Amino acid sequence: MSEEKLIFEKSSPGRRASTFPELDVPLTPWDQILPKSARRASALDLPEVSEQDLVRHYTRLSQRNIGIDTQIYPLGSCTMKYNPKVNEDIAGRDGFRNIHPYQPDETAQGALEVLWQMERWLGEVSGMDAISLQPTAGAQGELTALLVAKAYHDSKGRRPRKVLVPDSSHGTNPASASYCGYEVETVKSKADGTVDLDDLKARITPDVACLMMTNPNTVGIFEKDIATIASWLHAVDAQLYYDGANLNAICGVARPGDMGCDMMHFNVHKTFSTPHGGGGPGAGPIGVKEHLRPFLPVPRVERRVDGSYFLDETAPQSIGRIRTFTGNFGILLRGLVYLKSFGSDGLAEISRGAVLNANYMLALLKGRFKAPYGDRCMHEFVLSVADKKRDKDVSATDFAKRLADFGYHAPTVYFPLIVAEAMMIEPVETESKETLDDLAALLMRIDDEDPAILHAAPVNTPVGRLDEVGAARNPVLRWMPTKP
Amino acid sequence: MPSPNDRKYTTSHEWIQVSGDNAVVGLTEYAVHAIKDIVFLELPDTGKVLESMKPFGVIESVKAVFDLNTPLGGTVSEVNGALLNDFDPLAKDPYVKGWLIKLSGVNGGLTHLLDSVAYDKHCAEDAH
Amino acid sequence: MPFEHPYLPQTENDRAAMLKTIGVAKLDDLFEPIPAAFRLAKPLDLPKHLTEMELRSEFQQLAGLNKSTGHLDNYLGAGAYEHYSPSLVKHLLLRSEFYTSYTPYQPEMTQGVLQSIFEYQSCICTLTGMDVSNASLYEGGHAMAEACLMARAKTGRNKVVLGAGVHPEYAQVLRTYTHNLETQIVQAKLAADGTTDLDDLKALVDDSCAAVVVANPGFFGCLEDGAAFATIAHAKGALLIACVEPVSLALLQSPGEFGADIACGEGQSLGLSLSYGGPYLGFLAAKMALVRQMPGRICGQTKDNRGQRAFVLTLQTREQHIRREKANSNICTNQTLMAIAATIHLGALGPQGLRDVAEQGVQKAHYLAAKLSGLKGVKLAFGAPWLNEFTLDLGVAAEPVLRRLRDKGILAGVPLSRFFKERDKQILVAVTETKSRAQLDVYATALKEALA
Repeated sequence: MSEEKLIFEKSSPGRRASTFPELDVPLTPWDQILPKSARRASALDLPEVSEQDLVRHYTRLSQRNIGIDTQIYPLGSCTMKYNPKVNEDIAGRDGFRNIHPYQPDETAQGALEVLWQMERWLGEVSGMDAISLQPTAGAQGELTALLVAKAYHDSKGRRPRKVLVPDSSHGTNPASASYCGYEVETVKSKADGTVDLDDLKARITPDVACLMMTNPNTVGIFEKDIATIASWLHAVDAQLYYDGANLNAICGVARPGDMGCDMMHFNVHKTFSTPHGGGGPGAGPIGVKEHLRPFLPVPRVERRVDGSYFLDETAPQSIGRIRTFTGNFGILLRGLVYLKSFGSDGLAEISRGAVLNANYMLALLKGRFKAPYGDRCMHEFVLSVADKKRDKDVSATDFAKRLADFGYHAPTVYFPLIVAEAMMIEPVETESKETLDDLAALLMRIDDEDPAILHAAPVNTPVGRLDEVGAARNPVLRWMPTKP
Repeated sequence: MPSPNDRKYTTSHEWIQVSGDNAVVGLTEYAVHAIKDIVFLELPDTGKVLESMKPFGVIESVKAVFDLNTPLGGTVSEVNGALLNDFDPLAKDPYVKGWLIKLSGVNGGLTHLLDSVAYDKHCAEDAH
Repeated sequence: MPFEHPYLPQTENDRAAMLKTIGVAKLDDLFEPIPAAFRLAKPLDLPKHLTEMELRSEFQQLAGLNKSTGHLDNYLGAGAYEHYSPSLVKHLLLRSEFYTSYTPYQPEMTQGVLQSIFEYQSCICTLTGMDVSNASLYEGGHAMAEACLMARAKTGRNKVVLGAGVHPEYAQVLRTYTHNLETQIVQAKLAADGTTDLDDLKALVDDSCAAVVVANPGFFGCLEDGAAFATIAHAKGALLIACVEPVSLALLQSPGEFGADIACGEGQSLGLSLSYGGPYLGFLAAKMALVRQMPGRICGQTKDNRGQRAFVLTLQTREQHIRREKANSNICTNQTLMAIAATIHLGALGPQGLRDVAEQGVQKAHYLAAKLSGLKGVKLAFGAPWLNEFTLDLGVAAEPVLRRLRDKGILAGVPLSRFFKERDKQILVAVTETKSRAQLDVYATALKEALA
């Protein structure tokens, strides 16, 4: 396949892909409006193309990309489930799409009710007492919750300085903790993939503000001692944070709020089916227990006795505002549509399907690939190809690149950091048995191939392996016009 | 190949060669090979006062980043600035042309540092 | 009867076969690792599932409770603007190869998203006059907060001085983000003409100052003297951050031209729907010397092993998945699809289209302002030059007047009492290319009646 030029390289002065009606008000002389010194003098190097050429360009670019609609996307930790079309239709309705965030509450009752309902649904699914829909993504949810924890400790006149994270945690956990001015201390994992309780217990002191846990953890194992861990933390008034990245494993079956967790975030773009959008947008609401409610960010959605909804900015102990306006409304709306499509009678089927599919895939693959954490998992599992790397110089990257030749996106590779040559597979509940059979068969076929084929892969994709070293050493980060 | 025995080492793979109050600091061949393709190097300005075993710079590959720790405290008297534009001397000759910084007013004892034999043993275990 | 759902493919037969392969008797056995005490014994207290037909009807009803821009003439702005976006933008965004894909960590399979991001970065750089843009942040307020943290990291200093025109919610976001980072945030006074009091600004900027932030146009609509801000900031070794509105950059001196080191802002006006506040698009661009302090993903150009040009996420060691607690930001998921939307929108407009949009907004706003300020008791609150958004002083309490206009089908402006209690007679009015002269005339007449 040939290169697709940049849109700028298709530009020709004078072409345009849209026109506007003629100005229908009398012209105010520009000199009366804008002093010359304030006007733009430099060129505006935006593309000039016709409508069809523009449409073709981005259609072709889309064809140089694969999504969930193309093929199974077994990326561990990312929950790449089907993104329902009805969600897009509903979010695209005029009454949701074309409303301004500062509209008077009386003219946005439907939107406010969507937010209010979403809070109730998330609260019931998680067992948390109060929800804030403000955070824009999971990492902002983490930050928001940690700020809430900080405000809580402050309110009690305590100044703990540490946040604990397991060594298998997502990188956002320690990064978010740093934002709050906390020192990050890493807790060891045991050989079975769970947190080392002895190491953890030794680290829990009054200087600990919070422990951030993912459960099931990032190797797909449920931390069964979570209640004990919670009790240790609570003995020093430290908070237990539940990273909701893996909520798809327990959704409708068990609730973080019942396990002693004090606070959590949801990844609406993982568990609740909203599109990943090539990297975003998502939504990262948080849930907290009652004692943390006063510290949640503003605005809050509230309901009056007459049943009408309003945005409330008055919360004296609130951490304040974490973003402009009222959250990623369009994403939260899609998430609510998804939740309602399952309802109380169906939500458990999400995680039941996800856990069934993951265990089935693991059962198909464990004879051929090393499964360092046993032959059962929750919604995802980790394989290690360290032995294959050693024996025939085939790495996790090689598997990933070779899968691309068959039109499959790779599993997550090299995460979690505690597993050498890790391949982390999350098959999600929306994939059929046949799709899983095909992927498992393909992985085994690739394993049988000559390593040289894997090293050369991919060959069937629009581009082959990239020079990432060159990209980092000599960064070219934008198109530049060639000066005449 | 055994590491040169004319200098001391840290477990985080820096070497230091002390003469009187002055010292030269660099990165070991083992570390340079482990990083493989260096894409970025950050070194301190001259005059900066460094604390023993604290980071003074950063070295990066595409997907990994490592702090550079100074084996001993002192004041940065010279920086191998040429490396910032060309990593080759560091990649190919880390013990001579690829030195990173020179220190003056070096302070502290050497007891926390490894000799070449102990360092090579440490690397052998590390590789495991 | 088993639960049937269109998103769940496994039949009873499939399940039985899969459980046999796994080697367990029943599906519930797979949940044994979860202690029994935590497993829900009864269904959640929520309504039962809805089919697609039922969902559509339930949400149609909720959508109907909102008064959209199709029902009310909308003059609300204050950081989110109603613009026309050509049909093709929406259609291309629904290419599901884009919207159902993940972050392009496997570049061989995701060149479409990567090249789109590279084109986005190029658009943001030309608009702002900067060297490097990242792949997007959450929204404008977040972009400004991250810009300040960049300056803090670069300078090693801890104070940020805000111009008087910084959006009050952006300032609040910055305070929340820096609350635990020992950062001092101060804001310069507003001068009588609606711009920043430069003497006050100068007095606040000292040697401990990491950044000065100029919002242009400011929250009240007035244009700032960016070059004067740059002089004041740079004299004390502080960086200048310009928080700008992208459509206005078709007309205004770019941040690069007036000497800013970092440019940031809200990209919603580049073709994104209002959607009650999100998803939007935070953009962030800077001079090359600041690239290592830049948060979030950055796409770069390189070659593949076949010698072709290709694109890849680069300089990733800045980011949380590698540097963890030492990363320069915690951001992971960003707003990529919104960045692609903005890029396609800018491609559809081109330089002339963007100028058309900007000029029409300015001209129509000035037409409306002239009409409104001719009404008895009504005047423009400030004298400084402005573009398509202005602060109007109604001379009487604004809320009841706005309510009367709403009853006539007009959202006439954002009441400033929402942000500043004492400004209860003032409203912020935004006019874009979407309004016709007839609508503007209706507004003027309606306001006259509402004030009578």
